[in-house]
Amino acid sequence: MARKVTTQRKLIVTALAWAIGLLIFFPIFWTILTSFKTEGEAISLPPKFLFFDWTLENYGVVQERSDYLRFAMNSIYLALGSTLFALVIAIPSAWAMAFAPGRRTKDLLMWMLSTKMMPPVGALIPIYLIFRDFGLLDTRGGIITVLMLLNLPIIIWMLYTYFKEIPAEILEASRMDGASLGKELLYVLTPMAIPGIASTLLLNIILAWNEAFWTLALTTKDAAPLTQFIASYSSPEGLFWAKLSAASTMAIAPILVLGWFAQKQLVRGLTFGAVK
Amino acid sequence: MGTISLKKARKVFGDAVIIPGADLDIKDGEFVVFVGPSGCGKSTLLRMIAGLEDLTSGAIHIDGKDMTEEAPSKRGLSMVFQSYALYPHMSVRGNISFGLKMAGMPKAEIEAKVSKAAQTLNLTEYLDRKPRQLSGGQRQRVAIGRAIVRNPEGFLFDEPLSNLDAALRVNMRLEIMQMHKDLGATMIYVTHDQVEAMTMADRIVVLNRGNIEQVGSPLELYNNPDSVFVAGFIGSPKMNLISGAEAEKLKADTIGIRPEHLAISGKSGTWPVKIRLAEHLGADTFLHVDAGPCGMMTVRTDGEYEVKPGATVYLTPDAGRLHRFNKEGKAVR
Repeated sequence: MARKVTTQRKLIVTALAWAIGLLIFFPIFWTILTSFKTEGEAISLPPKFLFFDWTLENYGVVQERSDYLRFAMNSIYLALGSTLFALVIAIPSAWAMAFAPGRRTKDLLMWMLSTKMMPPVGALIPIYLIFRDFGLLDTRGGIITVLMLLNLPIIIWMLYTYFKEIPAEILEASRMDGASLGKELLYVLTPMAIPGIASTLLLNIILAWNEAFWTLALTTKDAAPLTQFIASYSSPEGLFWAKLSAASTMAIAPILVLGWFAQKQLVRGLTFGAVK
Repeated sequence: MGTISLKKARKVFGDAVIIPGADLDIKDGEFVVFVGPSGCGKSTLLRMIAGLEDLTSGAIHIDGKDMTEEAPSKRGLSMVFQSYALYPHMSVRGNISFGLKMAGMPKAEIEAKVSKAAQTLNLTEYLDRKPRQLSGGQRQRVAIGRAIVRNPEGFLFDEPLSNLDAALRVNMRLEIMQMHKDLGATMIYVTHDQVEAMTMADRIVVLNRGNIEQVGSPLELYNNPDSVFVAGFIGSPKMNLISGAEAEKLKADTIGIRPEHLAISGKSGTWPVKIRLAEHLGADTFLHVDAGPCGMMTVRTDGEYEVKPGATVYLTPDAGRLHRFNKEGKAVR
């Protein structure tokens, strides 16, 4: 497939790619910039670009007013907890559907995916009532359960596609070798699917970290993650753009760093099986 | 001991009947080859014996005990897969020892067994390598090593040589035969290659559309095929099958004569034929000839036979070696 690519064409395409990339990145960039401005400069018109009085004041105020670490720890608990629990359920489920499919397996997969098509607000009231009656509001356990259920369809789908790529004969060989179902999953399937499981895990941590709808609706203080931390700066007392930006920057920084380091794994995982 | 019996073993997938019902008795220490064209159900039958496929009905007895419902690992059988099916994330040592570990054998004993198996199979220096660092032949050896350390009553081979190149295949064939001699274990070997079947088997089971067509020693099948299917499948080059007027003369629907049982003469004979192609293999020459109303035929003659395509020669079948088949394709004797 040798196609002739002229230098000119290459330049245009490169410039276009950079333009789109920068456009997508711009809001995040602007948030970070704003977080270093004073409240006055943050809303000044015309907006100031790079030449303003850089200040760390917002970060100090934000940390003083609300305990960043507490929110961050909750985010970590929720993201990791929901992901790990989901994997424990999803690995055997995906195994069953990939290696012992029944007549309804395809329908089952579609049904699971279809749950993601419903707007979450449709389930808000029943879930809120359940949470209230069972005393789960603002508890980590409760939110972990909701986040897990929320992302389970995607996790099962991803694992299912990875598992489909693994030759069934290898699992059969382990059965001939006397591995029980649990050992087959633990010693043979899981190690072989590590790349796929790792990217599923990463993606799900990111999804759970960023999930705002349910975490905002179901937490107030004890189980509140960073999404609440950000939201608390858009308050009845008024909008504090610079502080809101500082809080947002602090909230997205960990996941941005994780994503940066994991991007190779993520791309590999998401395109797994597309190219052999 | 490793006797294996199939009793009306039947397998149905949805509406498709894969194995309508197979009856077979395999003696202890026997080398049995399942042969047939692809899709004839030979692999399914093997997997049913292994316990990897459930039976729809019927039973499988191993060593005299009913094992129909037993888990694969409890049947005392080892299997070598076509794709080798090695554990890619484990070293050669890990692959060979996995079954022993699962059985909870003490470490020292595992170590001893693995190194012994590795020695027999010339794998000692590769024990710490991963399967992807090995050649095809070595991978095949690891798969065999994994099968023998468990010291099974019987071995099941599912087309184990089909992924190897021709030269290696002949070597491994000999090694497996040697292994059978040394271990004396029952072996069932599935292949679509009738040459492998002829050279390796004590007994061949020919399968066609899930049915057992004929069971017998290689020479029995070669000399006395029960059906047109077996006649055409066993032997290389294929038996010439002739129907029509020539067959009716002998009161048969179809007659068969092997390429090696045709005498060739330049002057006179039963069938005048025109030579179309000659394949010189050195020791042998195969002539593909146009026999007019009898259709195309293959003749085997010695390597020195000088012929020119287009020439007319005469063929005379060895009357004692003619096979006759009726309308149903069954042998008439």
